[in-house]
Amino acid sequence: MAGFRRGGAVAALRRIASRAPSPSVREVHAVQGVSFVAHRGEAIGLIGSNGSGKSTLLQAVAGLLPADRGRVFTRGQPSLLGVNAALLNDLTGERNVVLGALAMGMTRHEVRRRYDSIIDFSGINEKGDFASLPLRTYSSGMAARLKFAIASARPHEVLLIDEALSTGDARFQRRSRQRMAELRAAAGTVFLVSHHHRTITDTCDRALWLESGTLRMDGPAAEVVAAYEESTAGKGR
Amino acid sequence: MSLPIPPASPSASSAGPPAGHPPGLPVLPSDLGAYAARHGLTVSGARPRLVPYARRLWSRRHFVTAFATARLTAQYSRSRLGQLWQVLTPLLNAAVYYLVFGELMNTKDGVDDYVPFLVTGVFVWSFTQNTLMTGARAISGNLGLVRALHFPRAALPVSYALLQLQQLLASLGVLAAILLCCGQPPRLSWLLAAPALALQTVFATGLSLVLARLAARTPDLAQLLPFVLRTWMYASGVMWSMAHLLRDDSVPAGVRVLLEANPAAVHLSLMRYALIDGYGTAGLPPHAWALAAGWALAAGLGGFVYFWQAEERYGRG
Repeated sequence: MAGFRRGGAVAALRRIASRAPSPSVREVHAVQGVSFVAHRGEAIGLIGSNGSGKSTLLQAVAGLLPADRGRVFTRGQPSLLGVNAALLNDLTGERNVVLGALAMGMTRHEVRRRYDSIIDFSGINEKGDFASLPLRTYSSGMAARLKFAIASARPHEVLLIDEALSTGDARFQRRSRQRMAELRAAAGTVFLVSHHHRTITDTCDRALWLESGTLRMDGPAAEVVAAYEESTAGKGR
Repeated sequence: MSLPIPPASPSASSAGPPAGHPPGLPVLPSDLGAYAARHGLTVSGARPRLVPYARRLWSRRHFVTAFATARLTAQYSRSRLGQLWQVLTPLLNAAVYYLVFGELMNTKDGVDDYVPFLVTGVFVWSFTQNTLMTGARAISGNLGLVRALHFPRAALPVSYALLQLQQLLASLGVLAAILLCCGQPPRLSWLLAAPALALQTVFATGLSLVLARLAARTPDLAQLLPFVLRTWMYASGVMWSMAHLLRDDSVPAGVRVLLEANPAAVHLSLMRYALIDGYGTAGLPPHAWALAAGWALAAGLGGFVYFWQAEERYGRG
């Protein structure tokens, strides 16, 4: 967390010397005491209200946001399919494809081989040569499409997906659902965070329901979604 | 593949169902850690050993260079003069320092070829300074990237150091032009700039790895750093001659050793020795090359190991 400057250099020095946490940083335990076992071939949906800890749990499973207590054991390296890949707004689409693909661990050769299919899949060149324009000139839908195209360009062993399916227009959504099915087929285990309950029941066979960082329910997707919907409907009344 | 997470509280892991088992949750093996080990699972995001880590960093070298070039392009993409600023920024810096130190404070008296002397100093120091400044923000300024993708985190500070090296090479082109204008034809000793620069790059990268780790934990460090760096600059003889100062016998022996061993001063004098005709060995501190090599080795190796030790914690921010 990039904190604001408080108390100036002297106070900062004292904090550094004493290794005390900066007052601008407050630790929030977004997920607490969650335990589960996932098996090869399972597609697991994560549901819960905003801020219930779904995305944090995914990052912890990926090993990107290490847990304060407890551990995550996996086979292989889980990869997080964030729609927000590491791209630079001031660079052209072309260069972002190369940069993003390299960031995901592809070799130069692989990038060259997959480049055309990434651009084609994103569809950014359908309305003119947008690949040679900076990312900041793209509409939000176009940028999201390009990011999804880069992130999903290669198969993953364990796949963690955070709200990727609500990207782009209807046509792109159809294509991305298909790409998603392919990725699922290639991956051992898939985790999917989504607020669209249809997506969860359609693509997952099991679901975890998180509430305020704790696990409320773990079971067959249809049952968990039904219980979750019942509880939110009750609160709405 | 299976993926168990042992609970944070030991009571939950040892609590045997069915008494008190929360409804809606399946019954888990009592010791999930052992269960995971039995199925050959490893801790996600665990830090690799040092040598595999270095190998992994090497295998990501294309990302490191692509990231550096991309940042460099993006940096000036919105200004009208574009990449020209790469050269203009250090030139303007040198002009300001010439005005203040050369003309107003007259440090140029007694220094031969003051313009090349000053410009070399400013360019070479800017490289160290900017590497450390950007290195300190390499992790804290890229948390989004760190939390989204797997790669050896050292790639970020190393990439920023490479970016600064590219900037410096552009500046050195300008410097060569200035030297020619000042009536200094190219000499064979210019080649000595390459090893000097290599040693300085390793040193600055190592130190920026240290700063990247420290600032990832304490972002305030990035606020403090400019003051430290400015003090360091004034103590390193960027715009005045260290040799002139040390000719005075009133300088205490301890201070003399400190000033002469100062890595920034060593790098500056080596570069001036290589590039400026007439700077000569008189301006070099004793054992300059050995000192530069020692600093590079200590900072490079130490910085890399120090950074690696916190590898799995950078995502916490």
